[in-house]
Amino acid sequence: MAKILLIAEHDGQALNPSTAKCVACAAAIAGAEIDVGVFAETAAGVAAEAATLDGVARVLTVENSANKDALAAVIAPQVVALAEGYSHIFGPSTTFGKDLMPRVAALLGVNQISDIMSVEGTHTFKRPIYAGNVVLTVEAPADQPVVATVRAASYSAVGNSNSAAIEATDCSAQLPTHSRFVELQAGSSDRPDLQTAARVVSGGRALGSAENFDIIFQLADKMGAGVGASRAAVDAGYVPNEMQVGQTGKIIAPDLYVAIGISGAIQHLTGIKDAGTIVAINKDEEAPIFEVADIGLVGDLFNVVPELTKALD
Amino acid sequence: MEKILVGLKRVVDYNVRVRVKSDGSGVETDGVKMSINPFDEIALEEALRIKERGDAGEVIVVSIGTSESQQQLRTGLAMGADRAILIVSDGATDAITRARALLALVNREDPGMVLLGKQAIDDDNSQTGQMLAALWDRPQATFASKLEVNGQTARVTREVDVGLEVVDIDLPAVVTVDLRMNEPRYVKLPDIMKAKKKPLDEIPIADLGIDASPALNERLFEPPAERQKGIMVNDVAGLVAALKDKGLV
Repeated sequence: MAKILLIAEHDGQALNPSTAKCVACAAAIAGAEIDVGVFAETAAGVAAEAATLDGVARVLTVENSANKDALAAVIAPQVVALAEGYSHIFGPSTTFGKDLMPRVAALLGVNQISDIMSVEGTHTFKRPIYAGNVVLTVEAPADQPVVATVRAASYSAVGNSNSAAIEATDCSAQLPTHSRFVELQAGSSDRPDLQTAARVVSGGRALGSAENFDIIFQLADKMGAGVGASRAAVDAGYVPNEMQVGQTGKIIAPDLYVAIGISGAIQHLTGIKDAGTIVAINKDEEAPIFEVADIGLVGDLFNVVPELTKALD
Repeated sequence: MEKILVGLKRVVDYNVRVRVKSDGSGVETDGVKMSINPFDEIALEEALRIKERGDAGEVIVVSIGTSESQQQLRTGLAMGADRAILIVSDGATDAITRARALLALVNREDPGMVLLGKQAIDDDNSQTGQMLAALWDRPQATFASKLEVNGQTARVTREVDVGLEVVDIDLPAVVTVDLRMNEPRYVKLPDIMKAKKKPLDEIPIADLGIDASPALNERLFEPPAERQKGIMVNDVAGLVAALKDKGLV
């Protein structure tokens, strides 16, 4: 039997949608008994949300004022303390999970498996490497806990009709004070979250300026879509880093992805390959994005995009 | 601080389209251009800038691998590192093994900071820095886009999913760097000549007391499922019609 501890990601208020996708991954392991660990200053709200996720047996809360800022160095020893007796310890492959889980693994003296995209056995998983150009099947030793991150874009969220037990736990781990949160500079946006939006419109370097990026926002708002960008557009300063889609940015799987003025470097494509439908608009008919697009349109984005926005009235 | 340790991993060059070996045992590297992992190059550039600002005395580059990794260490020396250490391991190593090897070196060299790339572009793991920080029981600041050293602490801006997070960490610490931290300098020919005279020590990984045999079994390397090539439309009307066809608008 697989006893799985899943580390919930949250912002202190709400559960991050990645957690429901991680549950789907954990549930794919034969004989899975899934507990969700919530490390927070005040856990009640997040725990209640986690308890609704189908397939979750228990929600374990660890409350500590030091958990407010979710620093990996602070959370990791508590995860290790809670992980006693579990065969698998999973987290999301978000910046939160990627920061935390290797630290947990090292404290346990084991390896970590990054970005699980499919479960092939209790200890065997597929994961993308080389920017998604290669899929690796990797097997972890059966006599050690499996510590891993889950590639959320590979899974659909489980339903939320459960009412799992919520148990408060004590954690006696010694917590470090060598790392201190200062501030979070987060862009505020009323638009759908890039990582969970059903539709995403992305712009690339061809936009040419931050001002010109407005036409992307206008189209996205018309479609009710989240907004992303290529690395080139972020590097050029048109939009902030949290909008980057690709190997080193966000890996997303919307139903509809509209790539505008994005050539389609392999590092970008790895971030969108699980999208339902990919639309590409580019003036260069040779652009690699057309190799993966379901619908392609060769044209000048400065004409096409406003026209499309209008056509969707 | 006296020393900064920078990890340089030898990887298939960023611009190479990798191919899986026909027997699924790995990816083709014969005759393929190899380079410093681009994130590690950014880490080295940052270390050199810290030294040039007078906040560090010496920059040491370290790699783990076969003797072929000497090439990447020499490039690092040409960029401006003072000396290089190659931890020689002929077989593949797991991330936890690499972290243990770096820890052994940290214990020998006592650096004020270890700078690494946030991930290697071959295995895309993003693990070694975090693991080293855990084993060392020191702070980690991952995915860094800005780094200020202030005596015994550092202020680091991290690129996280919701934006930019700023943290203060006590030194020594591990910092892993993201793409936008800096643009690495180009190496000039005279620097390549000079680099040949800089010290490059080799230490067999077993001499560090580390069992390098991998615990993870990499069973099969396969190409990913390809997306089917789609249709081209001529104009916005055609695009809207195609989207309607799929029930997407």
